[in-house]
Amino acid sequence: MSDYLQSLSHLRAGLDSGIFSARELTQYYLDRVSRFDGALNAFITKTPERALAAADEADQRLAAGERAPLLGIPYAHKDIFCTAGVRTTCASKMLGDWVAPYDATVHQKLNAAGAVLLGKTNMDEFAMGSSNENSAFGAVKNPWDHAAVPGGSSGGSAAAVAARLVPVATGTDTGGSIRQPAAYCGITGIKPTYGRVSRFGMIAYASSLDQGGVLAGSAEDCALMLQAMAGHDPRDSTSANQPVPDYVTELDQPLAGLRVGVPRQWFTAGLDSVVAARIETAIAELESMGAQRVDIDLPDAELALAAYYLIAPAEASSNLSRFDGVRFGYRCAEPRDLNDLYERSRSEGFGEEVQRRILIGTYALSAGYYDAFYGRAQKARRQIAANFEAAFRDCDVIAGPVAPTVAFDLGAHMSDPATMYLEDIYTIPVNLAGLPGMSVPVGFSGSRPVGMQLIGSPFTEGRLLAVAHQYQQRTDWHQQIPAAYREGAA
Amino acid sequence: MSSMNGWEVVIGLEIHAQLATKSKIFSGASTAFGAEPNVQACAVDLGLPGVLPVLNAEAVHMAALFGLAISAHVAPVSTFDRKNYFYPDLPKGYQISQLAQPIVSGGSVTITTGEGEKAVNKTINLTRAHLEEDAGKSLHEDFAGMTGIDLNRAGTPLIEIVSEPEMRSAAEAVAYARKVHAIVQYLGICDGNMQEGSFRVDANVSVRPKGETKLGTRTEIKNVNSFRFLERAIDYEITRQIELIEDGGTVQQQTRLYDPDKDETRMMRTKEAADDYRYFPDPDLLPVVIDQALLAEWKASLPELPDAKAARYQSEYGLSPYDAGVLTSARAIATYFEQTLNAMGSAADAKLCANWVTGALAAQLNKANLGIEQSPVTSDALAGLLLRVADNTLSNKLAKEVFDAMWAGEGDADSIIDTRGLKQITDSSAIEAMVDGILAANPDKVAEYRSGKDKLFGFFVGQVMKAAQGKANPQQLNEVLKARLGPSEGSS
Repeated sequence: MSDYLQSLSHLRAGLDSGIFSARELTQYYLDRVSRFDGALNAFITKTPERALAAADEADQRLAAGERAPLLGIPYAHKDIFCTAGVRTTCASKMLGDWVAPYDATVHQKLNAAGAVLLGKTNMDEFAMGSSNENSAFGAVKNPWDHAAVPGGSSGGSAAAVAARLVPVATGTDTGGSIRQPAAYCGITGIKPTYGRVSRFGMIAYASSLDQGGVLAGSAEDCALMLQAMAGHDPRDSTSANQPVPDYVTELDQPLAGLRVGVPRQWFTAGLDSVVAARIETAIAELESMGAQRVDIDLPDAELALAAYYLIAPAEASSNLSRFDGVRFGYRCAEPRDLNDLYERSRSEGFGEEVQRRILIGTYALSAGYYDAFYGRAQKARRQIAANFEAAFRDCDVIAGPVAPTVAFDLGAHMSDPATMYLEDIYTIPVNLAGLPGMSVPVGFSGSRPVGMQLIGSPFTEGRLLAVAHQYQQRTDWHQQIPAAYREGAA
Repeated sequence: MSSMNGWEVVIGLEIHAQLATKSKIFSGASTAFGAEPNVQACAVDLGLPGVLPVLNAEAVHMAALFGLAISAHVAPVSTFDRKNYFYPDLPKGYQISQLAQPIVSGGSVTITTGEGEKAVNKTINLTRAHLEEDAGKSLHEDFAGMTGIDLNRAGTPLIEIVSEPEMRSAAEAVAYARKVHAIVQYLGICDGNMQEGSFRVDANVSVRPKGETKLGTRTEIKNVNSFRFLERAIDYEITRQIELIEDGGTVQQQTRLYDPDKDETRMMRTKEAADDYRYFPDPDLLPVVIDQALLAEWKASLPELPDAKAARYQSEYGLSPYDAGVLTSARAIATYFEQTLNAMGSAADAKLCANWVTGALAAQLNKANLGIEQSPVTSDALAGLLLRVADNTLSNKLAKEVFDAMWAGEGDADSIIDTRGLKQITDSSAIEAMVDGILAANPDKVAEYRSGKDKLFGFFVGQVMKAAQGKANPQQLNEVLKARLGPSEGSS
């Protein structure tokens, strides 16, 4: 089996040729989860029995001659996707052991594709955070360096993929929550265009920004997984009614003539010099493959940060109102009256960062402040989108940093939320504009990985994946495995 | 009771009309009334984590029809906002409504108050009508010390219809509410059932000294589930406010509940600090875009509405404005009237039909507290009776007797006439014989009549009718009597 672990297409070949069964493959990954996750804490819920049953079903389909890209492929869900029969916690005490009575659209699609769910991964509570330290189930460690955070909010998915506990995992990205942990963990991640992947059954943080996506070992693996997840969903009014191209076929697009925009404003004092150097090297690699570098302007990054931290909390303050202790989830003990029920259920059920954002959002929407805060933030958002539109007149993709630094130490920013928020300065504008973005590993700073961000205009996931794939044909950063997790891995 | 003299009353109404869609405004769950608690609420209505709303196109269609019916502006683009507040029967912690860009704005309806020569028409302008979802119900009485929550109603589509504060009396407010009620029923967009809460009226009431231009502090009256109670609640509130001010007090901005048992309003909550609902555009829903060609199609599809129908009844059938108004006040009444008329075929007599529908039938329905749709005398059955009036088989008096028998379930008009032997005597020789008999039996009265006491004519009619057991054709009887008696000297 060890010859087949390096990519989904290798796993596919192994399964299709009967070298190993889906059950054997599933058992292999379940064993790795058992062996390594104690230290890593990437999983909130493991589902071995269900996984083996799903694997057996996949084996039957394989035996019947069925061939499909994800049939029998193990994966993990960020614990924000609702799965009937398996609890969905959003890493919050508020949801605790809540079990959704329905499947998220993404889960339905992956089920239908025959993929095998191994479990549900840790995250920042309600996807609010950039370090995965805001979890009621404890922090996740970075597989490259256990003293470092894995990034967030999809930190569990990123760590699990980086440690090869699963070949691929789902994530969600509201302000960088797929790209930043992918960068910190040295793997490949894609946040598609807003509306590309259905949000139905994906517990909302900030509805106008949330987007489901993939964390995987390579751009090709991202393409295979995204192919199964993307598409219009009548149950999500904001999902795009646009055909999904064949991402795998598009991977072969050559880079010759591709104009790669490099935002001047992103390579300034705020960016770590080693990170900057690694990204410059990667851009030079793209140039050597025929791409053409274009320096572009992307002003207003600070404006984007301010706008995001008004819009996202505003939407969150409303989205999270349903967690009131009345119908489901956490309820405080012996409430005296209705207000006491609300106050204590929410104070006891939500963690500190979630409460902070609910308060910020409530304030931003309050009468008398709406125009000054929410109204102006929406205006800034339109400005950010216009900046990108202008930039894409001069280039085909944008390349730059994912985050200002590599993974920071656990606990480093916990006392100062504002510096933590700065982690998202390069990823947030992409969410505000609804664009597709990727994180591609391009080297290391010491023991910690560096990611490069690729950004495209709406619905150009195919081109982003192709750029990353072509780059990964020439480099092996994406194939690096952290030393502590190499044994038994590809 | 304080005098209204010197005071002007200002009333505006907010009407919540449940739209008659099969499924809810943002989910596929059924909207039928009266199911067991919480069985008609799906994951979306329950506000479970992860669910998303999907707009029901039929609700948009219905709201647009209302806008078209009142000549309002139907917005080509309207948007949904979230109204945030915590309450146990509001599952998401916010209500999806329309604040900034409602689907309908402006428009007007014409109301009539007073009857006959005192009838006055007035145009009431509307501010807006917007789409929103209903909340669930809190059941405070059924569980000792606890509140039950029934979310069947959660997500039922509503249009909230907001009037300008242009009504100046309870009567005008009721006339306006009735007109809106008629319009939504004519359009088939609301069943109008006030008891079940399909059509809910809240009244904002204030008073101010005549001549004052600034509005007085208003109170909002809720929980009014009939037009009669609406009128009484507003009248009570007007009196309360005037007395309060005249006694040196001030009106507090409050929400008040009407208690029909005590016929009074009482305070539910004060609104000293304005509620902050933190409205913002709902990011889960796209703007509602109505194609102008589709809107034109919808406009062409509008049914004949109450005002147009009433005008037609006057011009086509020669009915009085009052009768035309009553007959068109509800779609079901107009339908009954038209069906009766149709069933009479070539003998159709609109005035006769109008008299019966607004008279005897209305009286019985009212007494039995029934809607016209539930009338035990169907439009076909009434037509059968009216045919016998039109062809002189029955006098009006006998017809009333037959109608009462029909109401009691004794069968159709013809069989009742048969069984009871109520057929009118139209044989002129028979009538002549009866007249002659009475005149012969009362020679002194005949002499008095002929010498000028013409009032005795009624006495002779009565005597003959008595002899005929009420069945003589009154017109023929009059003619024969006049001929036989000859002139009364006193009459000129």
